[in-house]
Amino acid sequence: MLKENSGSDLTATLEKLKHFLPAQAPLKDFIHHNTLHAFQHDHFLDGLNKAHEIFGYKVFLTIQEYRALFKEGKINPACLDLLLKEQKTDDTIFWRSLLISKKYPDEIQPRIGQLRSNWKSFFKIDLDSLVHPTLFRVIGSYLDQGISIWQFPTSENGFLDSIKELEKSSLVSFFRTSRVKEMLLKEDLSLEKLLKILVGQPSLFEHYLFDQQFAHPGWSGIVAVIDEHPNSLIDAKKITFEEFVIFEMLLEIDALDDYFGTIWSPLGLKLEVLPKDLFSAIELKESSEIKRLWQQAYEWTYYDEVLKGIQVNAENNASDHTATPHSFQALFCIDDRECSIRRYIELEDANCETFGTAGFFGVEFYFQPEHGKFYTKVCPAPVTPNYLIKEIENTNRQKTDFHFGKHSHGLLGGWLMTHTLGFWSALRLFFTVFKPAQSASSVTSFRHMDKHSILTIENFNGERSEDGLQIGYTVDEMTDRIENLLRSIGLTSNFAPLVYVVGHGSSSVNNTHYAGYDCGACSGRPGSVNARVLSFIGNHSVVREKLKERGIEIPTTTQFIGALHDTSRDEMVYFDLKILSDENFKAHQENKVKFKRALTQNAKERSRRFISINTRKKSESIHKKVKIRTVSLFEPRPELNHATNSLAIVGRRSFTENVFLDRRAFMNSYDYLKDPTGTYLLSILNAVAPVCGGINLEYYFSRVDNQKLGAGTKLPHNVMGLIGVANGIDGDLRTGLPSQMIEVHDPLRLMVIIEHFPSIVEEVIQRNPATFEWFKNEWVKLAVVNPETAEIFTYQNGEFKSFIPVTTEVTEISASELATEIAATHENLPVYLLKKSNV
Amino acid sequence: MNWFIHLFVLLPFIGFTLSLLVPKRNEYLLSWVSFTTVGIQLFAAIGFCFIWIFNNFQAINLKEFSILKSENYHFYIDIYFDRITLVFLLIGALLTFIITVYSRYYLHREGGYKRFFNVILFFYLGYNIVIFSGNLETLFIGWEILGVSSFLLIAFYRDRYLPVKNAVKVFSIYRIGDVGLILAMWLSHHLWHENISFQKLNNAVLVHDHLMQHSTIGFMIALLIFISAAAKSAQLPFSSWLPRAMEGPTPSSAIFYGSLSVHIGAFLLMRTYPFWENQTAFRVFVIIVGLSTSLVATFTARVQSTVKSQIAYSSIAQIGLIFIEIALGWELIALVHVAGNAFLRTYQLLVSPSIVSYKIREQFYNYIPKIKTIEDSWPKRLEYSLYILSLKEWNLDSLMYRKMWNPLKKLGSTWGFLTFKNVYIFFGLFFAIGVFFALNQKYISPKWSEYMPLLFAFFGLLLVVKAFTERNSVRLSWSLIITNHFAIALAISFNEHFSFWHFVWYLSGVIISGLVGYLCIQRLRNREEWVSLDQFYGHAYEHPKIALVFLLACLGVAGFPITPTFIGEDLIFSHIKENQIGLATFIALSIIINGLAAIRIYARIFLGPHVKTYHEVAKRSS
Repeated sequence: MLKENSGSDLTATLEKLKHFLPAQAPLKDFIHHNTLHAFQHDHFLDGLNKAHEIFGYKVFLTIQEYRALFKEGKINPACLDLLLKEQKTDDTIFWRSLLISKKYPDEIQPRIGQLRSNWKSFFKIDLDSLVHPTLFRVIGSYLDQGISIWQFPTSENGFLDSIKELEKSSLVSFFRTSRVKEMLLKEDLSLEKLLKILVGQPSLFEHYLFDQQFAHPGWSGIVAVIDEHPNSLIDAKKITFEEFVIFEMLLEIDALDDYFGTIWSPLGLKLEVLPKDLFSAIELKESSEIKRLWQQAYEWTYYDEVLKGIQVNAENNASDHTATPHSFQALFCIDDRECSIRRYIELEDANCETFGTAGFFGVEFYFQPEHGKFYTKVCPAPVTPNYLIKEIENTNRQKTDFHFGKHSHGLLGGWLMTHTLGFWSALRLFFTVFKPAQSASSVTSFRHMDKHSILTIENFNGERSEDGLQIGYTVDEMTDRIENLLRSIGLTSNFAPLVYVVGHGSSSVNNTHYAGYDCGACSGRPGSVNARVLSFIGNHSVVREKLKERGIEIPTTTQFIGALHDTSRDEMVYFDLKILSDENFKAHQENKVKFKRALTQNAKERSRRFISINTRKKSESIHKKVKIRTVSLFEPRPELNHATNSLAIVGRRSFTENVFLDRRAFMNSYDYLKDPTGTYLLSILNAVAPVCGGINLEYYFSRVDNQKLGAGTKLPHNVMGLIGVANGIDGDLRTGLPSQMIEVHDPLRLMVIIEHFPSIVEEVIQRNPATFEWFKNEWVKLAVVNPETAEIFTYQNGEFKSFIPVTTEVTEISASELATEIAATHENLPVYLLKKSNV
Repeated sequence: MNWFIHLFVLLPFIGFTLSLLVPKRNEYLLSWVSFTTVGIQLFAAIGFCFIWIFNNFQAINLKEFSILKSENYHFYIDIYFDRITLVFLLIGALLTFIITVYSRYYLHREGGYKRFFNVILFFYLGYNIVIFSGNLETLFIGWEILGVSSFLLIAFYRDRYLPVKNAVKVFSIYRIGDVGLILAMWLSHHLWHENISFQKLNNAVLVHDHLMQHSTIGFMIALLIFISAAAKSAQLPFSSWLPRAMEGPTPSSAIFYGSLSVHIGAFLLMRTYPFWENQTAFRVFVIIVGLSTSLVATFTARVQSTVKSQIAYSSIAQIGLIFIEIALGWELIALVHVAGNAFLRTYQLLVSPSIVSYKIREQFYNYIPKIKTIEDSWPKRLEYSLYILSLKEWNLDSLMYRKMWNPLKKLGSTWGFLTFKNVYIFFGLFFAIGVFFALNQKYISPKWSEYMPLLFAFFGLLLVVKAFTERNSVRLSWSLIITNHFAIALAISFNEHFSFWHFVWYLSGVIISGLVGYLCIQRLRNREEWVSLDQFYGHAYEHPKIALVFLLACLGVAGFPITPTFIGEDLIFSHIKENQIGLATFIALSIIINGLAAIRIYARIFLGPHVKTYHEVAKRSS
C-alpha cells in the first residue's frame, strides 16, 4: 500500500525543489554565486556527476576538447601520469589509453523530464507549447518592475488572489475551459488536489513537480528567489512559489480538458514503465570518469606551474626583509582585475606598497544617495548591516531619454514623437555608431556617488536611527572596523605619508548584467562610498588615539585618500583632497601621474584579449579605444570581467610579488607573522571561499554548459520586466553568464594558496563549518606554502600532503620582455618570474 | 542619367554575391564588403536625390527586359522611381549602413557571422527590388526575397527551439501575403490584359475606364493587395507575428522588424494608391482596419512586460495610423511618418538592453508605488476584460492556429493510410488516368470537362495538405510536394491549351529541385539514424552543407525566383479564367501550403535543438 502524500510532505518537496532551482537575484542585484550550490554537500566530483545524470547539465569540457588541449600542450603529460598513478594505481597504462583514444558516444539522457514527457509520447499532447506562453506572460507581467505602462492589477493578498480577482470580474479568461476556473475560485484549492488530478499516484508527485519546474528553471528560480527575499524587488510583489506551481497546474489541467474533455486519466495511472526515481543512487559512467581525470589533469597542469613559481619566489626572497620607508601605500580590492594594476603601480614606483582586501574595506552599511528613495547595500551579500550612510549635497541629476519613456508607446503620443523626435533618433543612431559618447543609457561607476557630496559617516551619540538602522558609526565602532581591517592585511606599522583606499566599479552600456561588473564585495555596486568611509575613519583623530591605545600607531603626517578605480575605463578618481596637507597634496600630484601611467599600461595589458584592438599600438591610443568601448552601444564586451580567474592568494605581497599571474588571481594581503593563531585568516577565508569561489564556479559552469547553466549569447536577449533576460518574447529567463563573458575563460577550480603553516591552516578552516565545506568537498582547492621552508602542501581528501611540483623551471623575464609577450598573444600566458629591474 | 538607377539594384546584388565568396572566418572582410556596399549605395542615393530634385521630381520608368513573351502573356522586369522610392531608398540605405557598421563589432566571435551578413545583404537586395519595382511581377521577386531572408534571420539561432518555431510561424503568415499578391497578379492580367506597370496606373483615365467596367474585380484586386500589405506590416489579423520575430541578434531585429521589413506593406499600399484611389469602399475598409489595428496594438503595447514586444506593438499601432494616412491620400505625411517611425523604433530596439539600468536608476530616485492609469477609472469588468484580452494579444496568435492549422491537420490526418511505399502506386494510377484523359479529351463528356480542372486541383491540394501534416516519413512528404505540382499542371492542362514549353517553364525547376532535395534526404539518411518529421532534429549542426543545398531545393520547389518555376507559377495563373474563382483558390492554397510544407521539412530535419546531446543543447523553453 502506497503512503498517502500528505500536505507537509509536499511542502518539503517544494522546499527541496526551490533549493535546486537557480538562485539568481533580479538583474539589479546580480551577484556571482555557485550555480550548482545545491550539490555542495557532496564532493565536487560526485556533486557534478549527480547534476549531470539527474539534470542533464554538461559539467566538464568535452573529451575532444580535453584531447585537443593535451595536443596543444595545455595539459601536461607529467601531471596526467602523476594523477593516474595516484588514482588508477591498478592499471595506469590501460586508463591512459582510454583517455587518449577511446571513443565515447557520450549522449546525455537526464532523469529530469522523463515522467512528464509521457504527456507527449503517450497522450500525444504537447503541454509545454500550450501552457508556457500563457504562464510566462502572466508571471512576467505580474512581477514586472516597470516596463509595462498598464500594470498587472495586483491584489494585496498575493499572486493567486490577483488572478482570482481578475477572473471573477472579467468577461475573458486566461483559461480555455470552465472546470479549472471553478476550481480556482473555490476555497479548497490545494496543490495536492491538483496533483491527484494530473498525476494520480502520490509516489510520483515529487518527480512530476521537478519535471514541470525544470522545464522552465529561469522563471521558477526567480519566483523562488522573490518568495525568499521579497525585498529584492523595488516594486514589491507578493508571491509564493507554491502559488506559482498551483497556477501552472491549473493551466495544465485546462489544456488537457480542452484537448480531451473533462474525462482523462491521470498521467501516473496510465504508465506501464515508471521512470527511474530522480534521486536514487547514481553510478559513474566510464565516459564521466574519463572527463573527471582529464579535468583534474588540466587543473593540475596549471596549479603545478603556479605553485612552482611561488616556491621559487619564496626561496629567492627568503632573506629579503628590508623595511625601507614607503612612498605611499594603496589598498585595493581582492578582485582579480586589480591584480595587474597593482603590478604596474609597483613598477612605476618601486618604493610603494600595495595591499588587497575585500573591497568593502571592512565597513558594512546601507548607502542612501541624495534623493534616493531606497537604501543600497554596499557590503558582501550574506552580511546584514545595521548602519546607514547618507549622501547629502549631491548636485548631479539623472539625464532623461525619451526613448525609454512611455509616451512613444501611446497612440497619439507615438504619432507626435515619430513625426518629430523620430528624426532626432536618426541622428542619435548615426552618432552612436560613428562617435560613441556617454549618454543617459550608459552605466557609470562614477555616478554611484557624487564626488563632491558629503557623507554622514560619524554618529555622535548612537541614536538617530532610521528604519531601525543607525546613521553612521560611533568612534568606537569606527575604531573596531579599521583595526580589524589593518590587522587582517598586516598593515600595523610603517605607514607611508599617503594611504590610498581604492574601491572599484565598472562602466558599460547596453549591459543588462552591469551589476556583475561592479564590486562583488559591495553587493554588485562600486566601492567608492566604502573607500571614502574608510579613509574618513583613518583620518579621524580620535579614532587614531584609540587605535594607538590598541597598539597601532598611525603617524600624524599620514593621511588616507579614498579613490575609485573604474576597471573597464581604467580611470581613477580621488575623493576629499581638500583635507590633504600641502606636502601630501604635492606628493599626491606626483602619485597621480604615476597612477595614470599605470592605468594606461593596465589598459594596454587588458587590450590583448580584445581582438579588435591592436596591442602593439601606442598605449595612449589603446587606452582611448578601451574607454570608447565602455560607451559603445555595439560593444558586448566592455571588459572581460573575471574571465580566466583561477587563483586566490592569501599572503604578504612578497609572497607573489615577483610571480606573473596574468590577472588570474584574487589577492588578499595577510601577514602570518602578525596572526600566529589564525584569527584574521579565518575571517579572510570566510569571505574568500564563498565570494571568490562563487565567482569562479559561476564562470566554470557558464563556460562548460553555456546553454543550460549559462545565459547563451547575449545578442538576442530581451529584457523581461527589468528582472531578467530571455531570448525573444516568449522564452524562459536565462540565468548564469552570457557567452561573451566566459568565452576566454578556462574552466578551472579556484585554488586558494595561503602563506602559513599547514598545521595552523588545517585547524583554522575547520572552525567554520560553512567555510570548511568548500575546502573539504574541494569546490575550491587549497594549498599552503610554509613561509619558513617554502615547502608546499596541498589539501586533498581532508588532509594536507606535501607536494613537489613536476614543473622544474620557471622562466625569468624582465618588465620589457613581458611587455612584448603581452602584445604577442590573445591566449593565457604562462607563469613567469619577474626580474627586478633595480636589483 | 537614368542608367544610374540600375546601380541601386545591381550594387546590393554584387555585394551579396561577393559576401558569399568570402571565407567564413574572415570577419573583417565580410563586414567590410557589407558596409562598403551599403555605404556606396547610401552616398549614391544622396547624390541621386539632388540630381533628381534638379530635374523637377520627374518619375522615371525603365522597362528592363522580357523574360517570357508569348501571344497573350508577357513577363518583364520593370523599374520605377518616384518620391516614394526615394524616401524608402534613403531610409533603407541609411539604416542598413548604420546597422552593418554596428553589427561589425556586435557580432564579433558569434557563430554564424558570415550567415548574418549574407542574409542582411540578401534582405537588402530584396528590399531594393521591391522599392524600385515598376510592376507587380518585379515587386514579387523582391517580396519573396524579403520573406526568405526574414525566415533565415529569425531562425538565426537555429540550434534553439523557439527561434525556429517562430521563424516557421512568421514564414507561414508571409506566405499568405505572397498568395495575396499572386492572386492579385492573376486578376490584374484579366483586368488589363497585360502585366501593367505602376506608371500606367498613374493614368487616372485609363484606371477609371477599366474599373467602371469591372468594379468587382477592381475591389478584389485591391483587397488581395491589401492582404499582402497587412501581412507584411503586421496589421489585423496578422499582428502577432511581429513580436515573435524578435529572435535574432538585436540589430537585425531592429532593422527588419523595427523598420524596413515591417513598413514594406505601407510601401505597397502607397505604390498601388492610384489604382484604388477612387474605390471609396476600399478606402473606408483600409481606414477601419488601420484604426482597429492601432487601437488593439496600443492596448497590447501598454500591457507588455518585455521591452521588445512593447516596441513591436507600438510600432504596429503607428503603422495602423500610416495605413489610415495613406487611405486618406496624405502621402507626404505618411512618408514622413514611415521615416520617423523607422528611425525611432530602430534606435529604441538598439538601446533596449539599457532599459534595465535606466529604469532601475529612475525608480530608485522617483519611485511612486502604484501608478494610476486611465484604465483604473473604468468599470472593473471592462478594465479586467480588456487587460486579460490585451495580455493574450487579443487571441491573435491562437486564432491562426485554431482557424488555419488545426483544420488542415484534421484534413491531412484522413490520409493516414499513405506511406512512402504505396504513394507511388496509388498516385501513379491516378495520374495515368489523368494524363490519358488530358491527352484524349474527346472521351470526356463536355459536361464533365468543366469540372476536371477543379477535380485535379482539389486532388493536388489534398496531396500537399498531407505533405504538410505528415509526421513521419520525410520522403513521403517530399514526394507529395513534388506530385502536387504535377497535379496542378494536370489540372491546368484540362483547362486550356497549355503548351509544352509552358510545362517546361513550370516543371523544370520543380523536377530539378525535387531531385536535389531527394538526394539530400538520402544522403542524410545514410549518415543519420534519426530522420523524421515528428520533432526538430537540428542536423544542420553536423551537416551544414547538406542543409544549405536542401534549403535551395526547398526554395526551388516553393517557386522562389531561382528557378523557372517562379515564372511558371505566374504562367499557370494566366491560364485560369477570371470566373474560375474556385480553381484559382485551390491552386493558390496549394502553392501556400506547398512552400510551407517544404520549409517545414527543412526546419524539422535541419533546424532546432540537435537530437544528439554530446554538446551543449539549450532547453526547449529558452
